[in-house]
Amino acid sequence: MLKDSDRIFTNLYGLRDWGLEGARKRGDWDGTKALLEKGHEWIVEEIKASDLRGRGGAGFPAGLKWSFMPKQIDPKRPHYLVVNADESEPGTCKDRDILRYDPHKLVEGCLLAGFAMRAHASYIYIRGEFVNEAKNLQAAIDQAYAAGLIGKNACGSDWDFDVYVHRGAGAYICGEETGLLESLEGKAGRPRLKPPFPAAVGLYGCPTTINNVETIAVAPTILRRGGAWFAGLGRPKNTGTKVFCISGHVNQPCNVEEEMGIPLKELIEKHAGGVRGGWDNLKAIIPGGSSVPLLPKSICDDVLMDFDSLRAVRSGLGTAAVIVMDKSTDVIAAIARLSHFYMHESCGQCTPCREGTGWVYRTMQRMVKGEASVDEIDRLNDVVGQIEGHTICALGDAAAWPVQGLIRHFRDELEARILVSKGALTSGRYGFNPGIAAA
Amino acid sequence: MSGNGADQGASFAFAPEAIAKVKAIIAKYPTGRQASAVLPLLDLAQRENDGWLSRAAMDHVAQILDMAPIKVYEVATFYTMFNLKPVGRHLVQLCRTTPCWLRGSEELRYAAQQELGIGLKETTGDGAFTLVEVECLGACVNAPMVQINDDFYEDLTGESFRELLRALRRGEKPAIGSRTGRQGSCPASGPTTLTEIERR
Amino acid sequence: MPKLIVNGVEVEVPQGSTVLQACEAAGAEVPRFCYHDRLSIAGNCRMCLVEVEKSPKPVASCAMPANEGMVVKTNTPQVQKARDGVMEFLLINHPLDCPICDQGGECDLQDQAMAYGRGGSRYEDAKRAVKDKDIGPLVKTIMTRCIHCTRCIRFGEEVAGVEVLGLTGRGEHMEVGPYVEAVVNTELSGNIIDLCPVGALTSKPYEFHARSWELVKTESIDVLDAVGANIRIDTRGAEVMRILPRLNEAVNEEWLADKSRFACDGLKKRRLDRCFVRRDGKLEPASWDEAFAAIATRLRGVPGNRIAALAGDLADAEAILLLKELMGALGSTHIDCRQDGAKLDASNRAGYLFNTTIAGIEQADTCLLIGTNPRWEAPLVNARLRKRWRRGGFAIGLIGEPRDLTYKYNHLGVGPQALAELANGRHAFAETLKGAKAPMLILGQGALVRSDGGQILAAARQIAGDLGFVRDGWNGFNVLHSAAARVGGLDLGFVPGADGRDVAGILEGAQSGVIDVVYLLGADEIDTSRFGKAFVIYQGHHGDAGAKRADVVLPGAAYTEKDATYVNLEGRPQRTHRAIHPLGEAREDWKILRALSEALGKQLPYDTLQSVRERLGHVAPSFRALGRVEPASFGNFGTPGPLGPEPFKSNIANYYMTDPISRASPTMAECVAAFLTPAQGKTGTHG
Repeated sequence: MLKDSDRIFTNLYGLRDWGLEGARKRGDWDGTKALLEKGHEWIVEEIKASDLRGRGGAGFPAGLKWSFMPKQIDPKRPHYLVVNADESEPGTCKDRDILRYDPHKLVEGCLLAGFAMRAHASYIYIRGEFVNEAKNLQAAIDQAYAAGLIGKNACGSDWDFDVYVHRGAGAYICGEETGLLESLEGKAGRPRLKPPFPAAVGLYGCPTTINNVETIAVAPTILRRGGAWFAGLGRPKNTGTKVFCISGHVNQPCNVEEEMGIPLKELIEKHAGGVRGGWDNLKAIIPGGSSVPLLPKSICDDVLMDFDSLRAVRSGLGTAAVIVMDKSTDVIAAIARLSHFYMHESCGQCTPCREGTGWVYRTMQRMVKGEASVDEIDRLNDVVGQIEGHTICALGDAAAWPVQGLIRHFRDELEARILVSKGALTSGRYGFNPGIAAA
Repeated sequence: MSGNGADQGASFAFAPEAIAKVKAIIAKYPTGRQASAVLPLLDLAQRENDGWLSRAAMDHVAQILDMAPIKVYEVATFYTMFNLKPVGRHLVQLCRTTPCWLRGSEELRYAAQQELGIGLKETTGDGAFTLVEVECLGACVNAPMVQINDDFYEDLTGESFRELLRALRRGEKPAIGSRTGRQGSCPASGPTTLTEIERR
Repeated sequence: MPKLIVNGVEVEVPQGSTVLQACEAAGAEVPRFCYHDRLSIAGNCRMCLVEVEKSPKPVASCAMPANEGMVVKTNTPQVQKARDGVMEFLLINHPLDCPICDQGGECDLQDQAMAYGRGGSRYEDAKRAVKDKDIGPLVKTIMTRCIHCTRCIRFGEEVAGVEVLGLTGRGEHMEVGPYVEAVVNTELSGNIIDLCPVGALTSKPYEFHARSWELVKTESIDVLDAVGANIRIDTRGAEVMRILPRLNEAVNEEWLADKSRFACDGLKKRRLDRCFVRRDGKLEPASWDEAFAAIATRLRGVPGNRIAALAGDLADAEAILLLKELMGALGSTHIDCRQDGAKLDASNRAGYLFNTTIAGIEQADTCLLIGTNPRWEAPLVNARLRKRWRRGGFAIGLIGEPRDLTYKYNHLGVGPQALAELANGRHAFAETLKGAKAPMLILGQGALVRSDGGQILAAARQIAGDLGFVRDGWNGFNVLHSAAARVGGLDLGFVPGADGRDVAGILEGAQSGVIDVVYLLGADEIDTSRFGKAFVIYQGHHGDAGAKRADVVLPGAAYTEKDATYVNLEGRPQRTHRAIHPLGEAREDWKILRALSEALGKQLPYDTLQSVRERLGHVAPSFRALGRVEPASFGNFGTPGPLGPEPFKSNIANYYMTDPISRASPTMAECVAAFLTPAQGKTGTHG
């Protein structure tokens, strides 16, 4: 288990002062000027050395992303750092804790990351529903301005740096980085075509890097303790610490910062009080937020919680939001709820997602009731396959994956539900009687 | 037309006190990029207009930001937090997505409907409560939860939710956050981490 | 110039091309709905997905830049599957009401469903129904058919410059529409019908009138403004069913203005289909012989200097030529083709042409608008100005009425004073003009019809000369015409000859009794109450102002009914083609004049259209350059002198009603009610 001394978010639960004074006591804003003085390239290199991968879900190497920003500033096209605080992936509530209880880590991270990419301004796009979190964040920014840590000549570094908070207004798709940029520019958050990528043409057509809150907030600690320290935690290419959100059927749902690569079972049993009714009462887990395919218990028993391990079992770390479902769960209904979510959150611009997510949800509703034919399971699989990979952004994929996971791991349950509703099977628990199914 | 049928209100203008806020908001964005302020200005307009956006309010924001009105309608209809019809004083937003559902959001819906005597998307006769379902609000380890106006109420049960609604009806200001008294996203029985630091 | 391999074929495409363009270059067909080469790229329909080597997902070819060494495949099972899927998704909520859809037979969705679809739907749930929007009298909406390609929205934002339509809501509830009650208030709205790849936006006046496969298509030229937009006339039997634009990059690209498209129902109303002769104060039907006899009788013994002729705004060049020659034979020099009294100088061609050319606008870097509202006088010229303006680096100054022109401009003043200041170099904008590399000015007819029109023309000429508007290979001096006949008439010298009277002189002469006979060749935009006791002959196709006052009416052919030449505002001769026969006893206009000349004993020497056209080329060699613009050399024109104080006013007070055809059009009357009647005031912000 991760030592407390290696934990970055030392006020994750808000047990202590989240303001500047408290933050300074926890080591924030310590020697920031000296870090800035090491130069743009040093920061980028140190982040590269840490092997930090983006914490927003896609896991793209952060240092590499920063290095895509132009090395020269065109005066007509200033650089921007945009922080994605539009935390909306079902199951995920980690950024919320950083925003409300450790905001100075983010503000300091904005300065360091922004400076590294030669930006003088950053916008933090926070989901509109986080009204109170935005207040804490704004208060922290105000404190940082007042203390000369940001603003003109930030930290006495000669580098001017502004941090602005921009509240969203209710749209999951604004968590997609180019949907976010559209929204920040005052439009509906419909993702942009890529290329061009934001590092070339981003906010207001200027070079822009968009990073998740956690990615930016861990940067100051990495720079202070060294990329090698961070890289020494976890496994190669899956380094460092990670804030996990454990929700659903556990005894003590919680957020916790742990080492990357911690076994899923250990994570749940150590921090979340175990699965309700014991590990053997586990049915399935969505390990990385609603978009990633669920895993049946058999895989959960020994899978490790990092990007590559979860990828190897055809799921993903995503946002590291662990949604636990015990055996009482109607797993078809659980996934149908997610299908509703993606239908509701589709921006509507691409044909497959606009038309397909509703089709999938309505089919899933029938699957919940068993009012379908067994053939329809294949059709459903085919329809989600026609959404996946055919859209501008990844929401299409995200709508497909949970359903694909369900079909992959719980096809027998889908079939049994249908057969029971047709009277072809006697209802067992969950409408499924394996004995008859086998016969 | 696709606009709503509600009485759209005759006119809208920001109150003098709000105008300073409008200016401060617009100042956050580069010159010529004032359209960026459309979300915050619509939010402000909604707050100044009893929690909903009338046609006049949207048109006023369009005028301030030099945007074609349709560009503002596009935005106002895209984001779920903009109410295009009048709402009650307490906008009760029940999270319906899977993490909350796993922990009893259906029970909350039942409790709210019983307590308030209204269904989803309805407003109580006295204009006190509007009940809606929303998608994930990002407080999943404190599920099930609801948002009422700006505030999150977490770790609810059917009974504690009914009590919350009654308190609001009585005009009280219940403490926001977890209704079981736990701190933030910490495990209910106390932290499993950061204990060394606590001691330090 | 990147080289790519498409389906095994190597192609080289210009830098900046897309994969879709590369596929086309390689001869690989790529289906698409949202992509349109004159609009920005949306990439949303996903129909154009192709396989690109090393790309894990299929790529939207319309949006992907073509890069060196790309290996593209459009014929793989993966691509076929993707198209199949998109097609199925598009159709699950589409009503499939092709039998009652006006788009049927010319529908991209229908065609591509045949080519790429699976032939059946697996969707079993209820289809979405979307409420239709009332966006005005021209465009009918059946929004359930909409596939959300956003072409209409992009057209509004980009080409028309009128943002009324948008995307409201999201997901499967996303709708295209104005959200509130609002009309699409642009003179270019009909183009969204052509752009719509499905039957969501169709022509309201054409609703349920015909099927595309029943129509005979005739290529022709529009004459309802002076742009000379290239059109296609679709007819069924003896009826013009609709008019559509035809591609001409130099003139109208692929757009058409609403009047030119929708006024065609005016061709069926108030038509002159036989001769009339006034007897006892009443116009009575007559035969051609009777009509000609009545004219011959009246003209007998009338000396040439008591006869006059006016050519109207829809007159074709052939008829103008013959009328000019007939008047010459009768000994009259009182002829004019400027019925509005514009002080245009026929002696210098560059002095009345749009010399920059319409396409040339795209090369300009500065523009001065004088006394014009191009949005109404020539919507397609205005669309070019907007196109140039959108590219940036295009300073525009306006002297005249400050109207919404769909682009930003500096309003320099309302009247000639600002023009004088510019001419003296005292105005700040003069510096902008001086610094320009390709400046242009556009002088509207409203500035020329005034009593000081000749002086304004001279002042504009002076600005153009002093500020370098005319230089090697560039002529930035432009007159904006709104009458299709005008440039042809000026080219043919249909202006007063020696001691001849102009239009004002002719009216005055008729009123005072020194002009006995006036011949109106489709001239209706004059004060017909001023003809006094004069004998008026009206040749034309509509019972408008001229015919009402006439003593003899000779029924001519409308532009859809004749092979005729018109010279557009740039000086580009173009030809209409007969789509249907003239109505009843009406005849092509040159033939009427040829026959009349014989009846008057002044037989003109033309027996065929060919011989008339040869004569046209002889009188004005520019007629030989069919379809092209012969550059005119810049000389002196205008009448230097003091300018009056009155503010400028456009000559078009009502875009939808400018000529006998549009005045007879019920659709245009509906447009006036919907778009111009202030009581309704339907804009994006009211209603």
